Order: sequence, then structure tokens, then C-alpha cells
Amino acid sequence: MAAKPLLIIAWGNRSRGDDALGPLFYDTLSKALSPEQAASVDLLEEHQLHPELALDLAGRQRVLLVDADPGAPPPFRLSAVQPGPDASLASHALSPSALLAVFMAFHGQPPPPVTLLGLHACSFGLGRPLSDAAADALPAAVLWALTWVDGDAAVPR
Amino acid sequence: MTDLETAAHPEGLRRVAIDPLTRVEGHGKVTLLLDEHNRVQQARLHIVEFRGFEQFICGRPYWEVPVMVQRLCGICPVSHHLAASKALDRVVGAQPVPRSADLLRRLMHVGQVMQSHALHFFHLSSPDLLFGFDAEPARRHIVGVAQAHPDIARKGIGLRKYGQEVIRATAGKRIHGTGSVPGGVNRLLSDDDHLLLLRDVSQMIEWAEDAVALVKRLHAADSVRHESFAVVPAQMLSLVRPDDGALELYDGVIRVRDASGAIVVDHHDPADYLGLIEEEVKPWSWMKFPYLRAQGPQQGWYRVGPLARVQNCSFISTPRAERERREFVDTGRGQPVHAALATHWARMIEMLHAMELIAELLHEPALRHGDLTASGPRASEGIGVIEAPRGTLIHHYRVGPDDLVAMCNLIVSTTHNNQAMNEAVRAVARQRFDGRELTEGLLNEIEVAIRAYDPCLSCATHALGAMPLQVDLLAADGTRRDRLMRHGDGRVQHDEG
Repeated sequence: MAAKPLLIIAWGNRSRGDDALGPLFYDTLSKALSPEQAASVDLLEEHQLHPELALDLAGRQRVLLVDADPGAPPPFRLSAVQPGPDASLASHALSPSALLAVFMAFHGQPPPPVTLLGLHACSFGLGRPLSDAAADALPAAVLWALTWVDGDAAVPR
Repeated sequence: MTDLETAAHPEGLRRVAIDPLTRVEGHGKVTLLLDEHNRVQQARLHIVEFRGFEQFICGRPYWEVPVMVQRLCGICPVSHHLAASKALDRVVGAQPVPRSADLLRRLMHVGQVMQSHALHFFHLSSPDLLFGFDAEPARRHIVGVAQAHPDIARKGIGLRKYGQEVIRATAGKRIHGTGSVPGGVNRLLSDDDHLLLLRDVSQMIEWAEDAVALVKRLHAADSVRHESFAVVPAQMLSLVRPDDGALELYDGVIRVRDASGAIVVDHHDPADYLGLIEEEVKPWSWMKFPYLRAQGPQQGWYRVGPLARVQNCSFISTPRAERERREFVDTGRGQPVHAALATHWARMIEMLHAMELIAELLHEPALRHGDLTASGPRASEGIGVIEAPRGTLIHHYRVGPDDLVAMCNLIVSTTHNNQAMNEAVRAVARQRFDGRELTEGLLNEIEVAIRAYDPCLSCATHALGAMPLQVDLLAADGTRRDRLMRHGDGRVQHDEG
């Protein structure tokens, strides 16, 4: 079965405060997609990025990665992801750039265009709820992602 | 206290810290105290963060627990999911769970074991084994393996992907699924997923056999190093099948062999783990040190995980893995194998066994038809013990009449291996460090010895994160004399104080 043209991967830990933003983004966007939109996009929830996700990236037109980002201004920031081996290759959890480096090593070709959506996050305590600022960021990010699915969003290159 | 655990006169010794450790899950560090001749006087593996997950679980409804505990860890959540479910089966009186539920859980579990073993061997350890401990750090990672050995990398990633598909098909999601519940499961294997998994099973068994062949080739190519590096004679603890002592990953009785291979504990009921095991606290580490109560903390420590399991069992029930186990055991020439690098061989034998079990289980009609849950007289306490990829995992809960968890105790595989990993650090320190100049390759050898245990420090301490390597050399007064840093791109930088 051919891969859907779009892929969204959201990750984080639902029990660690604002780190739950990725999984909550996944929940919210899953419900917000129209049937037509859902037909064009695969959504994945992950705890962290790992090497075999490079296989999921293959054959996509565009990819969106979504994570809590303590460096992002409210409500979120966007950046283009470029392949690059970094220190995360020495861990179980890859960075977005390292994931693309794995993609290139496996497939021998550049990855599809990948955008990182970093949601504003400030609190990561075990068992803590979302901070108010993070809760505010979530709907704005989902609205933006719906335009991304439709191909109408401006993305950094 | 063992040799090199605490220096007789720590004052005036030079301190070397490997902080943080790389290619392990979580955050730990190693410290060495060296005298003026660079001889090691003290070596310790420290765990530096603690997150209090057990307290987090207390006060929650018991039925939430099998899902919540998965958030301990990014790499072995299914083991926690199932250990918690098994413990809470007793609370809901499901003794036993229906056959369909038992089979589905077993399938989920071996899927987890094989994907975790594939991740560790191919992604994290194979760079050391393929390129050498002191190879250029910039290529000692999975991208380097993919560039130099694309076929090996392709099989590694394919095996892990298949294991994750097994998890998705049985747990409902590739990560943090909900398939197992107190008393059974909430789904059976769908016909579509059954066909999907059957389609690739022969290929995966073949690749798993290739992985065993690879690790044997690596051993044969440098057998002296493989058999002499970080050798730590240790007792071995694991579950085995009750009736015949076969390797058992999901449910069994506890067996312990001593370092010479003699059985010292057998048929021990896992529900009585507190009668067998006690934990010691040491002031310099967050991670506890378990030991056999009857032997005391000095003599009673032990090893868990693949190297213990394949030698603790009487045999492996699947033919390919049993053939490989016999060949592996023969390398010990009548004695148990205690070399750190042999763990990789044992791990690949287990991965092959897990794939054979998947193939067997997929032919069980009860995976797709049957009762989901059972129930019976309620209990206030439950203990679930399982063989997680890294070793024996214990979950223990007490549940109040209000259905809330009143007590939670977790002993994870990495905690069982705490003393053994410390002994491995000391073995390398004795063998490789004494009197030599510090180099990045030498420091990596300590990490290689720890990495063989595939420690999950996230599980043991509930901390996340792994970063580049930084080593500081400090004078007795605490001033920095030297710094060695390994950057993410592999560059090694000397920054003299």
C-alpha cells in the first residue's frame, strides 16, 4: 500500500507536564481532520524519535514534526529541519536532524521537506498538568497544522 | 563493599568523571579516583537523577496503572505494561487469565523483546563491535554502520520495525498501547494484522539467524578480547519454566545459579520475591543494590538479562535458538561465560528465540477467538514478575478498597544489575586504565562494558536524556586540571585547565 503523501509525527510524555504537548496535539488534530484531510495524512504518536522512523518518512511529499519546545516563543515556532548527525545518535532518542541523517544513510537520497513545529513549553514536572501557556499554544498549533495539511501554510525553507 | 568500590585514602587522588554515559537510556556517570601514577584507586557507576515514579503511581485507580507505567520509559514500555497487568490480575482475581489473553500478551511481550534487542545491538552496540572501541567517534553510531555496512543496518532496522508492528497489532499502538488490562486484554489479534505479521515472519527469522551469525563472526575475529574484556563472574537470576527449566520470558519461577553454574535457588515463587531479595542503599548512588537475602549484600549480588538467562535455563524451547545456545555455552568449556561482550551473543540468541516464538504463536487460533478477561475474588495485593529485555522486572502493588493504589514497588532490570555493572567498570579499570594516559578510546571501553548490560537508567531512576561525553580531571582541591570533551559530531577536544 502506497504511503499517504503527508506524515505528522508528534512525540512526548503524557505524564511530564508540558512534554505532553506532542501527544495532546496528536489527539486534538486527529479529531479535527476532515475525512478528506485524513485521507492524505498519516499521524504517529511517539514517546521519542527513533531510527526506524526513517522508514516512515520514505515516499512522503511533506513531513511535520511536533514537539514541546522550551525555547519557543508563545504559541509556537517553525523551523526547517536539515539532516545532520549529532550527539543524539549516541542515545535511544534521536533529534529531528539526526533522524534525517539516518534517512539519508538508509535511502541514499535527501529526505522530503521536513518542518519542525515547536510548541511553547515551560514546565516538565512528573505528574504536572499542562501549564497555562502550553494550553494556550495547543489550539493555535492545531489550527496552523490544518492549513499545513491543506498546503496553504507558509513554512520556513 | 568490594575491591575498588571505595578508596582507602580518597584525599589527594585525581578524579575522572565520565558524565554523562552515552548510548544508554537515561543519565548516569562513572567516576574514577587515580593516584599520582594514574593507578585506579576507586571506580563507581553513579545514577544521578531520581524521579519518584512509584509515588506518582500511588493514589491512582488501579486500572490506570498498566497504561501509566509505560511512561517510565521510551524503550521498554511494554514490559512495564505487562508486569503491571500481571500484578493486577491477582487484584481482580483473574487467576488465570483466559487462554486468548495469555497468548496475546505473550505475543506482545516477545515482540517487545525482539525489537528492544534489535535496537540495542544494531543501533547502539554494533558500532563498537564493527569499528572497534577506539575507532573514530564520528562514525561510531548507526549512521556510520548504515554507510559502511548497509545490509546489516537494513536488517537491524527491519527487525525492530517488525517487533513494533507486533506491539501495534497486540497493544493497539506502537507506543503506550492499552491492549493489556487487569484480568486479561481488551482486544484480540485482527485477521488483517494476523496476515500482515505472517507475511514477513520467515524473513525475520532468517534475519535473526543472520544476526546471531554476525555476532559469532565478530567473536571469532577477536576471540581473545571478547573472552577477556570486562569478565565479571556473577550469580545469575532469571525466571525459568516451572516444569522443565526452559528459558521463560513471560511467566515462570525464579532460579539462581552461582558463578560456577551450580543451582542455588530453584522453583522460587515470584510472588515471594521479598523472601528472596533485599535492596541495599549506598550513599553515593540513587540506584539501590539488590542482593539475595540469604547471602547478604557482600556475596548475594547477581546478574540478570540475556547473559544470565541463556545460561540459567536448562534449555531453550525453540530449535534454532537452542542450537545456538548450545554452541554459545560450549565456548565456556564447562564453565559459565561471564565476559561482558558475550552478552551481545546471548542477546541475539534471545532475539532469534523471540522470533521463533512469534512464528509459533501466530499459528494459535486462540489469538483471534476467545474470551478477553476473567475475574474472581478480589485481593488487595498483587505481584507481577516478567523477564523484560534487560532482565527480571518486578511490579508490586497494594490496592485499597477505594480502588486506589496504596503502595507501589518496582525493581527494574537495571537495578538488579547495579552491582554487576559496577564490577564491570572496576574490571575495565583494573585491566585497561592503570598507569595509562587517558584517551577517548580508553574511556569508551568503560562505556562499552556498561553498555553490554543495555542499562535503562530511565527505568532505574526515571530520568531522561543522554548527551555528549565530557571528562573533567580535578585536583584534590577541586580545581580543574584538564578537560576531555567528545562532541556530537565526534570531534574530541582537549581543553587544559
